[in-house]
Amino acid sequence: MDVALVAKTLFIFAVIMLVFAPLMTWVERKQSALMQDRIGANRADIFGITAIGLIHPVADVIKMITKEDVIPAGAHRLLHTLCPLIAAVPAAISFAVIPYGGSYSAWGAHWSLVVADLDYGLLYVFAIGSIAAYGTVLAGWASNSNWGMLGSLRASAQMLSYEVAMGVSVLGIFMVFGSLRMTDIGVGQQETFRLLGFLEHLGWVAPGTRWVDWVTIPAWGIVLQPLGFFMFLAALMAENKRPPFDTPEGESEIVAGYFIEYSGMKFGLFFMAEWIEVVVIAGLMTALFLGGWSLPWISDQELIGWLSVPFGPNLANLLAMVVNVSVFFVKLCFMIWVQQILRWSLPRFRYDQVMHLGWKILLPLSLVNILVTAILILLVDELAS
Amino acid sequence: MEIPVGHYQFVAAALFMIGVVGMLVRRNVIVMFMSIELMLNAANLSFVAWSRLWDSIDGQIFVFMVMVVAAAEVAVGLAIIISLIRNRDSVNIEEASLLKW
Amino acid sequence: MESILFWVFSIAAIGGALGMVGTLRNTVYSALWLVVSMLALACLFIMLNAQFVGLIQIMVYAGAIVVLFLFVVMLLNLTGGVMGAEEQPLLKFVGVALAVAVSLQLGSILLRIELPWPEVSPEYGTTAEIGRALYTDYLLPFEVAGVLLLAAIVAALAMAKRERG
Repeated sequence: MDVALVAKTLFIFAVIMLVFAPLMTWVERKQSALMQDRIGANRADIFGITAIGLIHPVADVIKMITKEDVIPAGAHRLLHTLCPLIAAVPAAISFAVIPYGGSYSAWGAHWSLVVADLDYGLLYVFAIGSIAAYGTVLAGWASNSNWGMLGSLRASAQMLSYEVAMGVSVLGIFMVFGSLRMTDIGVGQQETFRLLGFLEHLGWVAPGTRWVDWVTIPAWGIVLQPLGFFMFLAALMAENKRPPFDTPEGESEIVAGYFIEYSGMKFGLFFMAEWIEVVVIAGLMTALFLGGWSLPWISDQELIGWLSVPFGPNLANLLAMVVNVSVFFVKLCFMIWVQQILRWSLPRFRYDQVMHLGWKILLPLSLVNILVTAILILLVDELAS
Repeated sequence: MEIPVGHYQFVAAALFMIGVVGMLVRRNVIVMFMSIELMLNAANLSFVAWSRLWDSIDGQIFVFMVMVVAAAEVAVGLAIIISLIRNRDSVNIEEASLLKW
Repeated sequence: MESILFWVFSIAAIGGALGMVGTLRNTVYSALWLVVSMLALACLFIMLNAQFVGLIQIMVYAGAIVVLFLFVVMLLNLTGGVMGAEEQPLLKFVGVALAVAVSLQLGSILLRIELPWPEVSPEYGTTAEIGRALYTDYLLPFEVAGVLLLAAIVAALAMAKRERG
């Protein structure tokens, strides 16, 4: 067994499942409290120490595990039990292809910080995500409840519709970086391009003018595909059924939607799935649009080169790894924060508005985005040759 | 690759036959429709296995095209089924015996 | 290892297919058995170095087509049940017997094939290679497939839409 692979898998699993997912319950409560001018969770304590509510996730878990697990009469027992797992497992394993660091070598060993560096990286996330739809769709049906059924119907229609928008809106990224492999996309974002280079091509300044080279921009996905960034984020949030796209669980209309008949840890698993998916979405957006693990304007080679001067090559690689992983998780936290701000700022869409946004706005816009991207790529290639 | 190509082909053939039986024996429109999907998938497995055997990509392209046709077929087929159920209030194929009503 | 995986996935595929055809009680169970079959098939594709096709299989069949089936079944609340000719045991028996006979016949031929697998390049079956083939040699079929999908969407909308008033 490859030790590095096991270590990488355990690390990412521990960070996502044991750190981020429980912390999200706290973040969710505190953020809503902050935005609604309340104090938020602060009661759970151990010997009087509340740690600004950070003990609440532990209390929640204990509460949910010890609660009675109710299976309603007339429900399909096996499916009712399986559905939370079908929802949670795909969310947990889709982080496998997201790189949280570059590749390094020290003391004769080489490793790259991604669990599975697949040639079809993002397709794997989409395929796994499409399986997660079954957990939601069957949960309402299996629990033999009309509210659950309505929630499931809404969820299946919404997830099917937004899968299309999700796939098409991110195509521009593949076209720009020319690869589906997530590490290739990450390395591609370490390049910079000269913002004023077109002046030379148009002949407005003489070739070789120095100040043209001064203004450079990192070739991050958000710079190359600004429209794609917003559309992909919207599609992913709709796919995750978070507010403002939470019509499948709209409390004011259908009580709690597809998981209305769930209690105890099964109920908790649905929430875990949702929060893990928030982290996965943040990871995807970081890896595809926000430059992944790299600092802006600094590529991996430069960073290792600079660190090698005082520390020597071996230690420099380790330090660069620490820097890159921290940078990745800082960006990840930023994207989680963006999602939480959106979640608590926007009111829920009406169901027909969700469908309208998916089919009549996101899909045509992303098709136009592909067309414009293709034309620009051809133009740039033409100018460069 | 320890498994010979014939085994893959046999799995494909078995799946295809199950699809045929489902199509012939079942009278539930939706299950019949799913049987058609199963037959298409059996053909896909056959294509992929032969394509791997001859080290050519053409079979996989064909699978791609089959999936496109399957997706189109499902869209139209389910629309037909929905209008059938609206008119006859049943998923029994034998109820749909009139050409016009 | 590989042969174990092959047997697991083949049995899952065939078992899923049998479950789909054999479940009379409820159409939702049929659809779920179909998902099992589709996922096992996708794994078989990946074992045959067709990673891209395998992933697309999961996305299109398991992720879209069967969810659509489930949506229709749940939307119209179709419980299914035994109907019409399914009640005739003779027909069922003849159908199944014929299918078993044909499968055994095919098996006796196919299981005897002994052709060696060739070595393929690591590029084989990757997204890049499929894309290259689709956009060069198979450009016209690819475009026609796009038109076919558009026509299907329009047709489905035209048929499923209820007349107003």
